[in-house]
Amino acid sequence: MKLSATKQLLDLYKEQSALEDYQSGVPRWCTGCGDNAILTAVQRLCRDEGLRPEKTVFVSGIGCSSRFPHYMKTYGFHGIHGRAFPVAEGVKMSRPDLTVFVNTGDGDCCSIGAAHWIHALRYNMNMTVFLHDNQIYGLTKKQASPTSPIGTRSNTTPRGSYLDALNPLTVSLGVSNVSFIAQAVDWIPETLYEIVKAAYHHKGFSFVRIIQRCPEWLPKSLDPWLQDPERVQLLHHANGLQISQGLSRVYKNQVEHDPLDIHRAREIASNTDIIPVGILYQNREVACYEDTRHSGALRTVEAIKKNFNAELDKYSV
Amino acid sequence: MTTKKVTKKAGKKTCTTLKEHIVEIISDSGEGAQRCGQSLGSIAARMGNGIWTTEIIPAEIRPPARSVAGASGNRIRIGSSYITNGGDETDLVVAFNEQVLLGRVNARELKPGCIILLENMWRSHNDQNIVKSYTEAYERLIKAGYKVVEIPMEEECLKLTSNAKRGKNMFALGILCYIYSFDLQMARDQIALTFGKKEKSVIDANVELLEAGHQWAEANIDFRFSIPATPSGKQQISINGNTSLALGVMASGMDICAMYPITPATSASHYLSEAFEKVGGIVHQAEDEIAACAFAIGASYAGKCTVTITSGPGYSLKQEAIGLAVMAEIPLVVVNVQRGGPSTGQPTKVEQGDLLTTIYGSHGDAPKVVMAPATIEDCFYSVITARRIAETFNTVVVILSDASLSSSQQPFDRPQFSESWMAPPIDQSPVPAGAKPYDWDPVTGIARRFIPGQPGGMHTVTGLAHDRDSHVAYDPDINQEGLRARSLKLAALQKTLLPPEVFGAPMGDLLVIGWGSTKGAIEEAVEGLRAEGKKVASINLRFLQPMQPGIKEIMQRYKKVLTIETNWSDNPNDELINEDSRRYSSLATLLRSRYLVDVDCWTEVRGQPVKPRTIRQVLLAKLEK
Repeated sequence: MKLSATKQLLDLYKEQSALEDYQSGVPRWCTGCGDNAILTAVQRLCRDEGLRPEKTVFVSGIGCSSRFPHYMKTYGFHGIHGRAFPVAEGVKMSRPDLTVFVNTGDGDCCSIGAAHWIHALRYNMNMTVFLHDNQIYGLTKKQASPTSPIGTRSNTTPRGSYLDALNPLTVSLGVSNVSFIAQAVDWIPETLYEIVKAAYHHKGFSFVRIIQRCPEWLPKSLDPWLQDPERVQLLHHANGLQISQGLSRVYKNQVEHDPLDIHRAREIASNTDIIPVGILYQNREVACYEDTRHSGALRTVEAIKKNFNAELDKYSV
Repeated sequence: MTTKKVTKKAGKKTCTTLKEHIVEIISDSGEGAQRCGQSLGSIAARMGNGIWTTEIIPAEIRPPARSVAGASGNRIRIGSSYITNGGDETDLVVAFNEQVLLGRVNARELKPGCIILLENMWRSHNDQNIVKSYTEAYERLIKAGYKVVEIPMEEECLKLTSNAKRGKNMFALGILCYIYSFDLQMARDQIALTFGKKEKSVIDANVELLEAGHQWAEANIDFRFSIPATPSGKQQISINGNTSLALGVMASGMDICAMYPITPATSASHYLSEAFEKVGGIVHQAEDEIAACAFAIGASYAGKCTVTITSGPGYSLKQEAIGLAVMAEIPLVVVNVQRGGPSTGQPTKVEQGDLLTTIYGSHGDAPKVVMAPATIEDCFYSVITARRIAETFNTVVVILSDASLSSSQQPFDRPQFSESWMAPPIDQSPVPAGAKPYDWDPVTGIARRFIPGQPGGMHTVTGLAHDRDSHVAYDPDINQEGLRARSLKLAALQKTLLPPEVFGAPMGDLLVIGWGSTKGAIEEAVEGLRAEGKKVASINLRFLQPMQPGIKEIMQRYKKVLTIETNWSDNPNDELINEDSRRYSSLATLLRSRYLVDVDCWTEVRGQPVKPRTIRQVLLAKLEK
């Protein structure tokens, strides 16, 4: 039976997905791990946006968070430590029609894969990136990571870590071509979802740092922020997030911030006493590398043959 | 190869007919000797001569002027018939100063009695030190028996151009065209092609210099050669190995090349950036070698097989990612244009040092296909074959080229484009219900891969041990099964390969085994010895993993077996070296372990292509031993 294109489109439109359509397996993360919150927000996003599972790819590196793709009923690529970005870039370059997500941890992104992170920001390929930042190496059992606060006691720093933590937000905001930087925390699911959604809708390299708890190795490290909502600052703007009334009752520290203002974004990002939550920077004008590189030339056999023979002509003797 | 000389009197001049000659043009970097050499090679090829050109490249971009280590230029072996390698020492050299020439003399690259055409401007230079070093060098060369002809290149060029430094190369080309009796019109055409992108005035100025050189030679040079051509009759192209690889990438239908700059591989990517992108291909210059490989893997995973092009140090960096592609069974073509190692080694020089790291590299058991093109033509077809193997077996195929192939030029029959070379469009059809992403065939180990976009095929590929569903494996039997399947794919490919062709005596005293770019030189040496009645033969292995069938049977037909390679092996005559300690060359190690045959090896790592004369001596010694 032949279906008309219109009918097929209408059928697609009517197609409704459920959360279960994006769920695969039972996550093996610890109870209370922030990864669970991120998984829930992302599965909800997929359902709400009606993403086609076969056209969606989650790419990750190695670490607790990088197990993420296994729990999505989409295509997934669980690669090697630190290299999620270049793999995802290859996927996107090869197949701009696919929706690409990247799940990476603070060790994966900010340490072993730091070079790729900087360049991924600069390429600005259209993908949505979640930095699952729990400030510790979890899978290898508690070693200090680049984002561990100074003094963090771990198996490699038993007397406390020696260096100030790397700030993924200020680093990102210093890279040319940066187009979307946001920060979320795992314990405010409402803004986590809103930020994930805004990141998904941004065309470009949407980088979301998610500060998350590690109940196994650093069970108390985020308590000062959890117990004092004043130390969490919600960013809102007509061009950014809007804050619900319910949330406003708990989180009174709010500031209006225009995501186009990169200087103010850098200032906000530099503050480490409080955790800013929201969209720090968004610039919709930055070109995506894959768009710049795809010339639009049709790769037909005829065109390739013609070009090939023209090249051989140059070298004929 | 012996040179047959027939001397004829043509007017008052003698014109000697040669079977072949090796010509070198050398200068300081930036004086255009390379362009002169390339043009001479192309003109000879147009005449229908066999040629093999080799670049002479200093390691630095701008070495100091007039330095012994700074020689830059080209070496062209011109023959009556097909030429398979760079040959032995040089017969005639054009040098723009005496210092670069001394570098070549010290490297023992010139034949005794070699003709030297030497720029003489240094004799009357303002700097007395330069005058002194020139005259001393001149005396030394004369005393050593070289036939030195001083040429006022600067003086003559200044009659036509204000900047003689930029015109000398074409003047020298004119001289050489005269000496080798090349058709001047063909030379003019070649210049027009070489400077095709420039304005007409540039072409005219260069043609003028060419003609001036020709006239000067006619009036002042008292010898002349002719190397009668035997045109093949078929359309031919003349390119270097890297261009050949790049054309192979284009013809294979691959869409993306991911790379990071590294000598001597980069020129392949330069070429692709021009030619490939005209038809929608993409060359991605990644932030590093690891990223280039991971990018290629990501692109292959979601689409057609992709290629990444590198050289030794870059290959080492890619190793972990190559293991991932093997484990996840993602097709990938990796080109390694080998250079001298270890570490930074000799970036512009030839070596075959990466064979074992390629076969055994990456951690754990990571079986991958390893091929080695033996000729410049092979470089082209190897990429097409590699792409097909990678996509058929869903695995990594490594092509081991080297710095000799990459920068040498050789004419070969123009490839006739075939649609069958091209990668088919990717499968986006729904996956049948119940099909698994790693449904390994129990005999061949091959599984059909699911490509993103295929409905029903959703799964997560992983570098972790995994089962047929691509689920992380916790069961020990599953790991065993996965390793078995990936290994079996090599055995399955092996069943499709043909035995290597024996060059020379079908049985006899000595079999020489080589791989990659040494083929031409080995065969030339074998051919020479055969003509003297020696029972020798050679084979060249195109596949190093899996190996072609029949190798053991071939080896058993000869009393002795020897590999010739340009990688390290201990010399058995060294005081400490014996059977317990000797480290064999790469291929000999492989052959000994696989076939339990007493394979000897001879290798050198001088950074130069091994010469047929050297091989001849090695073989003679081995025959006598």
